[in-house]
Amino acid sequence: MSKAVETTCPYCGTGCGVAVRVTADGVAVEGDARHPSNGGRLCIKGAALGETLVPEGRLLYPAIRDAAGALRRVRWDAALDHVAGALRRIIDTHGPDAVAWYVSGQLLTEDYYVANKLVKGYVGTANIDTNSRLCMSSAVAGHKRAFGEDIVPVSYEDLEQADLVVLVGSNTAWCHPILYQRIVRAKERRPQMKVVVIDPRRTATTDAADLHLPLRAGTDVWLFNGLLSFLHQHGVVDTAFVDAHTCGFDRALAVADNTAGSVRAAAKACGLDESALAEFYRLFARTEKVITAFSMGVNQSSAGTDKVNSIINCHLLTGRIGKPGTGPFSLTGQPNAMGGREVGGLANMLAAHLDLENAQHRELVQTFWRSPSIAHKPGLKAVDLFDAIDASRVKAVWIMATNPVVSLPDADKVKRALGKCELVIVSDVMENTDTTAYAHVLLPALAWGEKDGTVTNSERRISRQRAFLPAPGEARPDWWALAEIGKRWGYADAFGYAAPHEIFDEHARLTAFGNTEALAPRYLNLAGLIGMSAADYDALAPVRWPVPPDRSRPTAHVFSDGRFYTPDRKARFVPTPPRLPVHARDDDYPLVLNTGRVRDHWHTMTRTGLSPRLASHIAEPYVDLHPQDALSCGVREGGLARVATRWGSLVARVRTSGELPRRSVFVPIHWNAQYASDARVGALVNPVVDPVSGEPEFKHTPVRVEEFPVLWHGFALSRRPLPMTQITWWTRITGRCFLRYEFAGRQRIADWPEAACRVLGVRDTGADWIEYEDRSAGQYRAAWVVDERIEACVFVSPRPDLPSRAWLSGLFAKDRLEELDRIGLLVGEPLDRGADTGPTVCSCFGVGRNTILDAIRTQGCTNTEALGRRLRCGTNCGSCIPELKALIAASALEPA
Amino acid sequence: MVVGNGMGEPDQGERPAMDGRAGPPCPQSERDAGSAHRRRAKPRLVVVGNGMAGMRTVEELLKLDASLYDITVFGAEPQVNYNRILLSPLLAGEKTVEDIILHTREWYAAHGIRLHAGDPVVAIDRHRRRVRSAAGRELGYDRLLLATGSKPFIIPVPGAELPGVIAFRDIQDVETMLAAARSHRKAVVIGGGLLGLEAANGLKRQGMDVTVVHVMDRLMERQLDPPAAALLREALEKRGIRILLEAHTERILGAQRVSSVRLKDGRELAADLVVMAVGIRPNVELARQAGLYCDRAIVVDDTLQTLSDPRIYAVGECVQHRQVTFGLVAPIWEQARVCATHLAGHGHRRYVQAATSTKLKVSGIDLFSAGDFVGGEGTEDLVFRDPRRGSYKRLVLKDRHLVGAVLYGDVGDGSWYFDLIERRTDVSRFRDRLVFGRAFCEALAR
Repeated sequence: MSKAVETTCPYCGTGCGVAVRVTADGVAVEGDARHPSNGGRLCIKGAALGETLVPEGRLLYPAIRDAAGALRRVRWDAALDHVAGALRRIIDTHGPDAVAWYVSGQLLTEDYYVANKLVKGYVGTANIDTNSRLCMSSAVAGHKRAFGEDIVPVSYEDLEQADLVVLVGSNTAWCHPILYQRIVRAKERRPQMKVVVIDPRRTATTDAADLHLPLRAGTDVWLFNGLLSFLHQHGVVDTAFVDAHTCGFDRALAVADNTAGSVRAAAKACGLDESALAEFYRLFARTEKVITAFSMGVNQSSAGTDKVNSIINCHLLTGRIGKPGTGPFSLTGQPNAMGGREVGGLANMLAAHLDLENAQHRELVQTFWRSPSIAHKPGLKAVDLFDAIDASRVKAVWIMATNPVVSLPDADKVKRALGKCELVIVSDVMENTDTTAYAHVLLPALAWGEKDGTVTNSERRISRQRAFLPAPGEARPDWWALAEIGKRWGYADAFGYAAPHEIFDEHARLTAFGNTEALAPRYLNLAGLIGMSAADYDALAPVRWPVPPDRSRPTAHVFSDGRFYTPDRKARFVPTPPRLPVHARDDDYPLVLNTGRVRDHWHTMTRTGLSPRLASHIAEPYVDLHPQDALSCGVREGGLARVATRWGSLVARVRTSGELPRRSVFVPIHWNAQYASDARVGALVNPVVDPVSGEPEFKHTPVRVEEFPVLWHGFALSRRPLPMTQITWWTRITGRCFLRYEFAGRQRIADWPEAACRVLGVRDTGADWIEYEDRSAGQYRAAWVVDERIEACVFVSPRPDLPSRAWLSGLFAKDRLEELDRIGLLVGEPLDRGADTGPTVCSCFGVGRNTILDAIRTQGCTNTEALGRRLRCGTNCGSCIPELKALIAASALEPA
Repeated sequence: MVVGNGMGEPDQGERPAMDGRAGPPCPQSERDAGSAHRRRAKPRLVVVGNGMAGMRTVEELLKLDASLYDITVFGAEPQVNYNRILLSPLLAGEKTVEDIILHTREWYAAHGIRLHAGDPVVAIDRHRRRVRSAAGRELGYDRLLLATGSKPFIIPVPGAELPGVIAFRDIQDVETMLAAARSHRKAVVIGGGLLGLEAANGLKRQGMDVTVVHVMDRLMERQLDPPAAALLREALEKRGIRILLEAHTERILGAQRVSSVRLKDGRELAADLVVMAVGIRPNVELARQAGLYCDRAIVVDDTLQTLSDPRIYAVGECVQHRQVTFGLVAPIWEQARVCATHLAGHGHRRYVQAATSTKLKVSGIDLFSAGDFVGGEGTEDLVFRDPRRGSYKRLVLKDRHLVGAVLYGDVGDGSWYFDLIERRTDVSRFRDRLVFGRAFCEALAR
């Protein structure tokens, strides 16, 4: 067996270590037991990484769109000459602010560094923003306002040492599963540890909570102002700390007292039960070791930065910061959002935690880079950037490793903007995304497993992402493509990198450059990582920053000396007058749209969409709402609904999971035109941003839900892709050896056999074609068998109550259909019921719902441990445990 | 032949009339009941027809009361009762004559039944309550059961009487065909119904070149819908049987023996043997002569009693019940059961017509139909097609009930469907799986 390559997972900000072995059978992925962030554990997304390393859909060669609109393959030289020339012309004609970069938290630090350097130092604009703007820019802004620098003051070990973990706006169980498991295990070891979840939704995360506060969406600031006021009233104040190391408390307190000066007032504002809120306040007050971990529910808000500061205020007041087991903790969503922040790859940052608005800092950086210019004013943040493209103020944009047509708010406007942009350059690993459709130049990038560099996770830990696969086609590192442009502009000295370690070294030197008390003191300092050889860099073990020159000396806990990075080295209380989300519900749009992730998908599915294992948990885009709201909207579970806001609409499957409060709607962010006909939730989201951070309000858009009437529902499983162009609504799901399509239609189909043959691509009239038709009931089912192996099947009904896909899916793994399979084929289930395991619940071990229910009902498995012993479900990543519990609870209610 | 009661008593005419409506005759009423040497204790039942309907009635009667009657059976064919349905396998060489015998001579003897095989009754004297056979046997009866069956219909075209032109009705016909197959090559079967196709298949199996000439646009139009008929045609053609549809026979040509069949469109088909299988006609000559009321067949009421004579019952293909005549075995079994209860004096059952089902007995071709498979206004079709496996199923629903079924290929659930039709089971709950068979529907109930 080959030696394992230790690398880092490309999904969430937890930054788990992954050990990869490339064998003849494929790529075996397991948790890296030596990595301190996960200690060998992986969530299902990480564990399924091997399945995503497929050649399907890869962008392999540079291409330029010709006058007729067709992409033509070109040599890299030609593509780069074209890009360098076109950008140069636009810059020369319209100035540096007429070009922009829109990059990604999925770039490596080295890619990010080169992009930032090229743009801010050599184009001379700060028009480089990133999808991290959509994710954690409010946390950055909050950190900067309070601490003077973007510093996350908590580590994962702190989480385990805390006696109270408050999870705010975070479905940690699904979005940061390994962190969640660490919390759950710590709580099992120390039952006195409490977990409070603050989230409008009941999620898988609330399962572990001692207390769940389902606050009204967008009212977090009232809640934490109320806490600040409560703590002060009850004397829970670290006076010495406040006096010595902070300033601004009085004004912050006054605002808090005025807006949420009593538990009753706060409870009313948040729509919470007063006693439950008081219980939380008391718990917070009496627990010294408390961590408030927050994520998108806090950040993605027009008051996101204030939410962050209202949380930090409470930690400053109680001095619960800078000590083990305490602090405010931003959980980042992307693998390298933190690395991007470190190199300054956002429109309002400079580099290495130096400030764009600070002339001294600008000079420092320009000196270090020896660059011809330096951006001197903040560039356009994501939403503004695409507005500027729409207004033709920005004439060229280079998009790297992200999919803004899907992920930005008011995403249809993004489409329009890109549609009229003079030059759209897209670097990606996938050929067909909603965004590459608008590219004039396509540049093939290296993907995870091919690229080589570093990332930083939520706890400031820098880890190597190492390559273990050869570059496919002509894919190249993003830093290389950027550096080639720099060289073409005549800056060969500045961009003559031969390998990523050289870039990292330059970045490390910049963090140390001028990093003195007198000049530009910053906590971010990688002095200890300067001068690494290629071999040192390759061997670099995961390390938390700062990394002082003497790496043998243990680093003290950040802020343990009470010194912050403001000019006076004191932390700031920030007054946070609460305000409601910008757009309120009204008669036309009477519900509130909330968006977020599902357990087994990631972002716009360009990677997770390739994995059969991941696709099986939640197969389709859905809209979840309260059963009573469903009733009043005239939609029903399992049917289709049109979800519309003033900005856009989509169509999704209705769920009434019971997880949502009244007047609230949840739609996952992942689906897009590659996987569904009409499911980009970005198109619906209001383009409202936080005034400080520029982060959009993804969690609050007034919305209307109504029935999407169709004449028929259906699904097809096929070994080959099927054309869905004629079909009203569809979703594509990757299966093992097949693709699954869920669809629905409005056209009246007179001849189903003909239509089915056409869609499935059956041309031979002598094909082995099995069909069932109940014309008056509108039922049609057919299967196509080739050489005794199932090739495709299709099921149609006027109602969505079609047979289970689980067993049918399994037939595609067989080289030969057994005669019994063939008989059951169009029933959609085997004659022996036990053979249908049902929809996957535990993705790690592929355990289906029916199997689990059977174990609960007939094998006496009455708790998750027993289920785990018998079926292994829930024993790996554990993210299905809430679902297992729900199944146990539901079975207990069944009549015997 | 005659009837005789086998004991040679010439005169039974003196018996008093019985109450005609129902029930067995009453032995006590006999005038000379006390006369031991004449042993006329039992009333006499004469059965005209030694076929499946008549003998099934006898069997049912024996089950109810084995000693009630003195029974005599007359049969036109020289054999004991055999299963006419199995003539096709006999022709195909899959069964022997012994295999298809239903009642052996020993059986008749053991049950005290006198059998006159090969001696048809030729006259009934209802006034004297006596029958006379072709061989001159005369016999008195207290009850008479007519089970004269049917005759094959011979289409009246020129040449139909030529040697080598036969029907497919009895063992004799089978023997004629087997003999022809040994010495001749070419056979034409006129009629693409159940019987014709079974004959065609049998002859093919015996090595002949067989052409089926059928006037309709599809085979077995009374039992199959067009798709199933097409599958059947394909399967038969694969076996080398030539099928001509919408083909009308104009005349049969030949001198000493049949030599060809000419169709109306001018085509001429060489033929050493012509089998006519275009339908049957109820055999009612005897009943008509006896003055029993006949329409297309002997008209009976719900007790299988003839309308004209309370002493005379009739069952099988020779009867007409509520405008319907019969050609399939299932309703005839039911007639036998009902008739037997009345003959036995338990007269409480009524004959009610039910759906019928058909199976084609061509080995390797499984075909089943039942009930109203044509459908129409207010009916709904469930259709399953698996041409590669040669399977086709069509179920016809009306309201919430199954009313008809056509199965081709996989006929395993035929009897279950038939049961659902007969019981008028509400199938709406498992409609979506009905076509996939009993096991899947029952799995739903588990």
